[in-house]
Amino acid sequence: MSAASPVIERGTAASRIAAIAVALIIALLAIAPQFLSAGAVDRMTALFIYVILAAMWNALAGFGGLVSVGQQVFFGLGAYFSIRLADAGLNPFVALFVSAIVVGAVSWPISLFMLRLRNGEFAIGMWVIAALTHLLVNLDRLVQGETGTSLISLNVYDASTRRVAIYWLALASMTALLAVLFGLLRGSTGAAIRAIRDNEDAAASVGVRVTGTKRLLFVLAAFGIGIAGALWLATSITFQPKTYFSVQWTAYMIFMVLVGGIGTFEGAILGALLFFLIETWFGGAGVWYLIGLGATALAFSLLLPRGLWGTLEERFGLRLLPVGYSVRIPVNATLTTGETASPAQTTTSREKA
Amino acid sequence: MTILPNAAILDAAGIHKRFGALVVLDDIDFAMGADEAVGIVGPNGAGKTTLLSVLSGAYPPSAGTVAFKGGDVTALPATARCRLGLVRTHQVPKPFGGMTTFENVFVAASHGAGLKRDEAYEEALGSLKLCGMLGVANRRAETLGLLDRKRLELARALAARPTLLLLDEIGGGLTDGEAGELVETIRELRRRKIGIVWIEHIVHILLQVAERLICMDAGKIIADGDPQAVMANPQVISAYLGGGPK
Repeated sequence: MSAASPVIERGTAASRIAAIAVALIIALLAIAPQFLSAGAVDRMTALFIYVILAAMWNALAGFGGLVSVGQQVFFGLGAYFSIRLADAGLNPFVALFVSAIVVGAVSWPISLFMLRLRNGEFAIGMWVIAALTHLLVNLDRLVQGETGTSLISLNVYDASTRRVAIYWLALASMTALLAVLFGLLRGSTGAAIRAIRDNEDAAASVGVRVTGTKRLLFVLAAFGIGIAGALWLATSITFQPKTYFSVQWTAYMIFMVLVGGIGTFEGAILGALLFFLIETWFGGAGVWYLIGLGATALAFSLLLPRGLWGTLEERFGLRLLPVGYSVRIPVNATLTTGETASPAQTTTSREKA
Repeated sequence: MTILPNAAILDAAGIHKRFGALVVLDDIDFAMGADEAVGIVGPNGAGKTTLLSVLSGAYPPSAGTVAFKGGDVTALPATARCRLGLVRTHQVPKPFGGMTTFENVFVAASHGAGLKRDEAYEEALGSLKLCGMLGVANRRAETLGLLDRKRLELARALAARPTLLLLDEIGGGLTDGEAGELVETIRELRRRKIGIVWIEHIVHILLQVAERLICMDAGKIIADGDPQAVMANPQVISAYLGGGPK
């Protein structure tokens, strides 16, 4: 093509600054435990776990169109397998991550039949899987039904070492999972994932391997949520099945993603941060806190269906962690087009993801 | 597998398709060469789109076999047939609404044609240019009008680098000028040695490209051959005037 041929752009000026900012923030977070109180370190650990949960649910539902209300199954299994592996003699910290791999492995056979279901069937089917798994875990003598058990082997480490170690593990897990997810969604597989979300039949007709791609996303999300469950166990030590297999975890994920902005990479992170702040400030208000959460989610889905970040992105063309593609046509290029495009249109219109 | 008598690129034999009690395709035999341009006409409900869906692998036939490039593809899903070079467009456009026009086409170039990043960019841009869509490359597909959605169907199918392209009424609703552009685009595809099967109601557009015409009615092929001869066939005229074959 000639010198005036179109150029594909993956980033913006803002996104290049954002990349540096992200690196700085992670570096600051890494040294933060030296300056934070014990309570604050624990809270930050919770925040990292929320970010993982939100990012995973967003990848699944916002990018892949796989809306699940049963993701607590992987959260619960992440904790449960950690207990089991630690009981078998594995170092508890190592057990957390081996557990997540086991969760990923378990999600593969689940995907074989669950991914045959579409939309509402899939969503509710996942909830059924979660409820069933909860019951099965209760049968394990080690867990003692709803009495639960503890990750006692973690107690050999003193409280402050443990707290900081878990903080770093959570930070590292969050960073690594976000990086993997970003790489996946930004690559050609990410384009396939979004195509499947928008029209599965059309995606198949242009050569996208629909089932395999969905499976990859499903297993990755299970793995990530498994890590989150294992880390949550590490922070709270005790394991009661009904706490971990509770649908509230998926409700939190949905809340974070809806409020932050479904289908945008930044949105899930923003949503997790907002949820964290709301919980920090109002979490003590008991039932009213939950009612407030529900009302907020409802208000967002009615008034700002694209969430905070989605709305910002649409209004200001702001993209900090873009996974999409933008075509820049040099001004002197001739357009052979039916609809005439103004230069403003080609530079400001943005896609959903 | 079907033994091919000649160099047919596509050979569908004994195709039946039933939906419950409804017989939509009734013993269709259809073969074509690699660089043929075949038009398909017929009244509404004749089974034209269903035939395209069976050929492209959107759903399997109730009976019969489809062979492409000498291999039996009857059991292959649409994804695999697309990767072999058998690509379709949809009568009712199915854009990836949340993605930009460029991204729609890029998906086909990177997955359908299996191209690496830079090659896929080039292929996608080339398809957009050929279909006159560069100007709306950054528009979210759900914001496109019907005309552009139809163009996008074509651009996206092209980016998958088909050897045989199945077109389903991409000319519907076009003005004469737009139809002229479309014919030019299809002629360019013919120059690139891409085989074409084109279902179209607007016969005069079709006849500018098709070297062979098939008329379907009630799930059967009622005429097949030289376009002018097919259009003059009494059975075809009767089918079009609503009398149906006697």
